[in-house]
Amino acid sequence: MIKFFLMVNKQGQTRLSKYYEHVEINKRTLLETEVIKSCLSRSNEQCSFIEYKDFKLIYRQYAALFIVVGVNDTENEMAIYEFIHNFVEVLDDYFSRVSELDVSFFSAVSQVFHTSWQRTG
Amino acid sequence: MVASSLKLQELIQEIREAKTQAQEREVIQKECAHIRASFRDGDPLHSHRQLAKLLYAHMLGYPAHFGQMECLKLIASPRFTDKRVGYLGAMLLLDERQDAHLLITNSIKNDLSQGIEAVQGLALCTLSTMGSAEMCRDLAPEVEKLLLQPSAYVRKKAVLTAVHMIRKVPELSDIFLPPCAQLLHERHHGILLGTVTLITELCERSPAALKHFRKVVPQLVHTLRTLVMTGCSTEHSVSGVSDPFLQVQILRLLRILGRNHEESSETMNDLLAQVATNTDASRNAGSAVLFETVLTIMDIRSAAGLRVLAVNILGRFLLNSDRNIRYVALTSLLKLVQSDHSAVQRHRPTVVECLREPDASLSRRALELSLALVNSSNVRTMTQELQGFLESCPPDLRADCASGILLAAERFAPTKRWHIDTILRVLTTAGTYVRDDAVANLIQLIGGAQELHAYSVRRLYSALAEDISQQPLVQVAAWCIGEYGDLLLEGTCEETEPLQVGPALGVHRGGTCEGRQGRPQGHSLCPPPLRKVEEDVVLALLERVLQSHMSLPATRGYALTALMKLSTRLHGDNNRICQVMSIYGSCQDVELQQRAVEYNALFRKYDHLRAAVLEKMPLVERGGPQVNEAAKESKEVAQLSEAAPVPTETQVRGPGYPWGKSMVQLPYPALTLLPSLQASKLLDLLDLLDGPSENAQHPPPLDPTPGDTLIHLLDLPCTPLPSAPIPNLKVFEREGLQLTLSFVRPPGTPTLLLITVTATNTSGGDVTHFICQVAVPKSFQLQLQAPSGDTVPAQGGLPMTQLLRILNPNKAPLRLKLRLTYDHFGQSVQEIFEVNNLPVETWQ
Repeated sequence: MIKFFLMVNKQGQTRLSKYYEHVEINKRTLLETEVIKSCLSRSNEQCSFIEYKDFKLIYRQYAALFIVVGVNDTENEMAIYEFIHNFVEVLDDYFSRVSELDVSFFSAVSQVFHTSWQRTG
Repeated sequence: MVASSLKLQELIQEIREAKTQAQEREVIQKECAHIRASFRDGDPLHSHRQLAKLLYAHMLGYPAHFGQMECLKLIASPRFTDKRVGYLGAMLLLDERQDAHLLITNSIKNDLSQGIEAVQGLALCTLSTMGSAEMCRDLAPEVEKLLLQPSAYVRKKAVLTAVHMIRKVPELSDIFLPPCAQLLHERHHGILLGTVTLITELCERSPAALKHFRKVVPQLVHTLRTLVMTGCSTEHSVSGVSDPFLQVQILRLLRILGRNHEESSETMNDLLAQVATNTDASRNAGSAVLFETVLTIMDIRSAAGLRVLAVNILGRFLLNSDRNIRYVALTSLLKLVQSDHSAVQRHRPTVVECLREPDASLSRRALELSLALVNSSNVRTMTQELQGFLESCPPDLRADCASGILLAAERFAPTKRWHIDTILRVLTTAGTYVRDDAVANLIQLIGGAQELHAYSVRRLYSALAEDISQQPLVQVAAWCIGEYGDLLLEGTCEETEPLQVGPALGVHRGGTCEGRQGRPQGHSLCPPPLRKVEEDVVLALLERVLQSHMSLPATRGYALTALMKLSTRLHGDNNRICQVMSIYGSCQDVELQQRAVEYNALFRKYDHLRAAVLEKMPLVERGGPQVNEAAKESKEVAQLSEAAPVPTETQVRGPGYPWGKSMVQLPYPALTLLPSLQASKLLDLLDLLDGPSENAQHPPPLDPTPGDTLIHLLDLPCTPLPSAPIPNLKVFEREGLQLTLSFVRPPGTPTLLLITVTATNTSGGDVTHFICQVAVPKSFQLQLQAPSGDTVPAQGGLPMTQLLRILNPNKAPLRLKLRLTYDHFGQSVQEIFEVNNLPVETWQ
């Protein structure tokens, strides 16, 4: 099951975040910085699945933006990996060649995100 | 009062222009103040804009709870733009913990019953994101109605909302069960995907639902087959695979339905094979589907051929260059290794290759898998690889690797010498990371290997001479030098087997080193050129250990005792040793001071006892450390009697001990008497000779904590004696040869029965070549252990015994069929008979 979905850039600024379990608001920023730190420290050579506390992080990098999904043990990591790419393709279609700038002016992204994708577990 | 409100874009622009965190905070706080004011005053035209800005601030991490009521207002407004932002706000800001969330139930209900698709969609979306249990219960009927709406968009959203509701309130499954079967016939993939998820949730939560849905397995199989076989429509294809998400979800559902159910598993077998062969694994989407297929095959009751196919797919994944795929393969192989061990063994070389990955997640998985794959035939090569890995691995993996190697060596060591070498090597490379009892185990091992004393002490001495920083190594070396110092100084230092000099790692890239099976593995630690070891040098080394800052107090204790023991072993005079003892008589550390003072006393007043006290230690039993720990806790007899049961349990644990309770042999009541006698003798000895003898007895852990004995007492299985012994049964008698069965039902395992077959011979002639074979009915499992001998001597000589272990999971009545063949009075006799009159207590 998916626990959270983040789009964070390399400087650590969160562009989009969605939590499927209640996390305190101050803990969220902490979580995001830690997650981005572990993703940034990986090189190209390493695999995209990290074990972090009691979840698994599946991340993909698109230019300067990292999309990170946190899941629990029962999830098929490769399906989630594929799903991240699917989501980016949808955004690409909607904005016609999406860039980080589009994502940061988030209202549209958020709408797209929340209405077209519900937690399907 | 109503300042010209910024548009969201402008706010974001401002935030981006802020150079520092403080500036950003200022901008946001100013804006939030504006927003609060505007909410208070109520500005219907722009309130959605204000809320949008507030949501953005919320995402950045600033508090936004004052926007909750505004969300409610916006949801209730008739305009779509307002509703949209309102619902978005509700999803982000309201959740179960807020009291306000129930207030939107009514709004949602109204919106759901209006006919406008977009609005219904919004409402459903919000409900599925933050719906609490009460809300779900209230709105379930509405959602159910929407499941049958003509519009596909709404139906899809309704299904997804149903999934959420089931998760929150499992009792609602009655409402959502009936529509599922019909929804499965949908053509729209979105709805199909949602329905499959819904069914998955229903099945996971209720076994009744699970049974109900087994009927749909053929339908699912058909759908999946069409997906796989027909060429993919451009609408649903993801890099050449048609709708991998749906495929994965269907496979997951099939897995749940097929678990532990023969019939469904059979229907799926063909399909799974088809999916496995037809899916193109060159892209990630295909690999994802294949991975899910493998997981499904592993879980259901699949045919053997299919399982082999699954393992082969995983093997292929392992060879893939994409690290993600390799990670996934290693994880699944780890799950498989318990059940299909031999199949996974085939891929061992590749797994070992993965140890060398720079990626931490991969190497950790590879380490776990390699440790699981070690068995008696490949232990030498695997240990070699693992030791190479130990030298280069990151620190957090070292502890696991070291203990893994030690455990594997313990289980499968081909020779004692190899075992000692391996432990030595691990201690040299990763000494600080080994578990505490590694020192104890090594000492016990060396003590037991009589012929290797000289060899071990020399190796340890040279290791110590090189490096005194690794504490466990130093402790073991000090102990050995103390015990076997005389062997160290004896003349010839030749090695009985040639050692391979040179780096151990570089030689075998690419996996197997089968060719080296016959010879002991190379050691990266080469002993110095063979020369006679001088007494003074040994003493100097031990003194160096004593004085070094790196030595722990425990290590110093070892060194001090070793020095003392050397006073009897060496031939030179003992002035040097006496000097050391008197210096340490005023040491700051109380433990060392006590020892030094006692040893001093040994030198002066009790010199006649010295040789006897410092003799070579007898071999310490594995259970020994606990006995001595208990004794050291307190000398009172009361505690001694409490401690006596402890060694009986642990001593009978035998060689399985380091693995913990999973490999405990069940204690036999008859044997509990003997160890307790031993234990009490040991404890008497300790009472006789105070301080020094205690240290001479010396098991390694020097910091006994009171908690330890309690733990040992508490985590043992309860009382060894059964409540009422089962009477023996005589089953056979012929010409003086009698066969008797005695029964034991260990209290810990109700399905286990231990039978001891005893053959006694009261006749005049010996019974030779005695073989007893036993058969049991099908539902039982029988294990026959080796007999004590095959001759039963005449005139009531030593009876022959043989142990049978019978597992009776169904508690069925036990019957035995015995077949005896033996020679008696020059004739060979064969007897076959059944035993049906076994007492009821044996199988109930």
